[in-house]
Amino acid sequence: MEEPLLETRDLSMHFGGVRAVRNVNFRLAPGELRCLIGPNGAGKSTFFKMLTGQLHPTQGVVLFRGRDISRAQAHEIARLGIGIKTQVPSVFDGLSVRENIWLSASRIHPGRRANALVDEMLERLGLTGAAQRLVGQLAHGQRQWVELGIVLSTDPQLILLDEPAAGMTHEEVNRTAELVREINRSKALIIVEHDMQFIRMIAKQVTVFNQGAVLVEDNVENIMRNPLVRDIYLGKQAAA
Amino acid sequence: MNVRALNFVGLAIVGIFGLAFLVLTPRFLDLDAVLELTVYMIMAILALSLALVWGYGGILCFGQSAFFGLGAYTYAIAMFNVGESTIPFMMAMAVPAAFAALLGYFIFYGRISDVYLGVITLTVTLILFNSINSTAGPEFHIGAAKLGGFNGIPGIPSLNIPGDKNAQIDLEGMFYLSTAALLATYFGLRLLLASRFGRIIVGIRENERRAELLGYDPRAYKLATFTIGAALAGLAGCLFANWGSFVSPTIFGLAQSAQIIIWVIVGGRGTLIGPIIGCIGIQWLSASLGANQPAGSGSWASLLSNAPLILGAILIAFVLLVPKGLLPTLGDWGQALLRQRAREAVAGVEPLPVGKE
Repeated sequence: MEEPLLETRDLSMHFGGVRAVRNVNFRLAPGELRCLIGPNGAGKSTFFKMLTGQLHPTQGVVLFRGRDISRAQAHEIARLGIGIKTQVPSVFDGLSVRENIWLSASRIHPGRRANALVDEMLERLGLTGAAQRLVGQLAHGQRQWVELGIVLSTDPQLILLDEPAAGMTHEEVNRTAELVREINRSKALIIVEHDMQFIRMIAKQVTVFNQGAVLVEDNVENIMRNPLVRDIYLGKQAAA
Repeated sequence: MNVRALNFVGLAIVGIFGLAFLVLTPRFLDLDAVLELTVYMIMAILALSLALVWGYGGILCFGQSAFFGLGAYTYAIAMFNVGESTIPFMMAMAVPAAFAALLGYFIFYGRISDVYLGVITLTVTLILFNSINSTAGPEFHIGAAKLGGFNGIPGIPSLNIPGDKNAQIDLEGMFYLSTAALLATYFGLRLLLASRFGRIIVGIRENERRAELLGYDPRAYKLATFTIGAALAGLAGCLFANWGSFVSPTIFGLAQSAQIIIWVIVGGRGTLIGPIIGCIGIQWLSASLGANQPAGSGSWASLLSNAPLILGAILIAFVLLVPKGLLPTLGDWGQALLRQRAREAVAGVEPLPVGKE
């Protein structure tokens, strides 16, 4: 089998007596797009936090391009090439859209080239008109775009998206799906999402988390048919 | 007018006003007033040091006076030992910077939270106060310099022209030097804040976690900011020790620490000119209140001559009513006014049926 881009072995995170993530063995091939689903509290966000160095695992290892990053600092992991878009947009609210993207582009291109990259990214996300506005004053959907722009501008090899379609209009969801497919042409992605329609638009392979552990891993069609998954997760949504 | 042009106009106004102030003041005012203004200039440098650390770096340091006092004491002690002021002048910045780098290393790399950072910096300045305060005996000396305890160190030799220890700078010279140092600090900080470093520290202030997830190490940037701020406070301390030829432990005291924070709160965080105005305005106000001995036995007269009381009231009023500080609030008003003008201009082209019912 091909050397994985990202691999976790026996990864666990305990908070006191709560075992938020339990013995997760996860592999992601280079260039792969993977969706993570699972009910609230299944450990998806904790899993993301361990991949990005925001939490250090209680047990187990995270390997990125063959290198153990389980004890690395968040900024070191970012420099190795993992970017994350968090669930609640984490942006620089007091700064303009342009300044937000610049801070990101400037990390890899400290010189003048950063400005050209910022222009490109603003164009790509359709934010050129809002470039001078403060991000804190933008609508929720637009702040999501800004954060996506921030993440893309550091040119990571692997991008983690935590509910990218949350709170978006139908049209914005379509546009996000399109963007995700475009990003996936050059980068690997792991996407946590609840919106099954969105998942159907983008996903091939899906990993289901339940109670901190991996329940099942399969392609999207089989997952939709899996009675166990329907029971713990999809059933709830269908009933809602 | 766009933002860049406005910025340029602002810089030009400060530059022209600053130079005019530097050149003209000693010609039109008597020496007493010039002396008074000199200490305002020195304190304004101290205000700028916290404007950088807190206003832009987001680090609420309660102990900026620790670095100020260290600068003053370092200069005094080095002066008695060296005699020529070039090295003492450098050391007055280098020693506080080194101390801040060491202290900051443990604070930032130990990931101590903001509240505890305030507590630690305040504690450090009070420890310095108590330590220096209890060195009154003749056995406490560093080389030829007696520390003097609560009596302080009097008769500190003035700065001289580098290389010539007989060419001491006189009182008027101190005004020129302090004002020039203030202008240099202001424009230096403007440059620093416009640089990549400056933009990154503001990003870290806005959202530290996000900056980290982009690959910036907030600990290193905060440590650098903290250290630069300490060096500037040390510079102010050196000038202050020169100004009065005297330094005493009260420089480390609680009142001094609190004052610096008040200047920045009143003037406005996230600006440089604001804290300068806050610092000069409050000092001027304290001086005028203090000079007003109660004229009669009237309760109003004695109330108005109570400087700490009035200052306290001003601080509370600002925190509650003008939390952003003077300058940012004025800026908001200006923008609102511009927007209103713009709306009126549009309304003028297409008259709207308002108020005709």
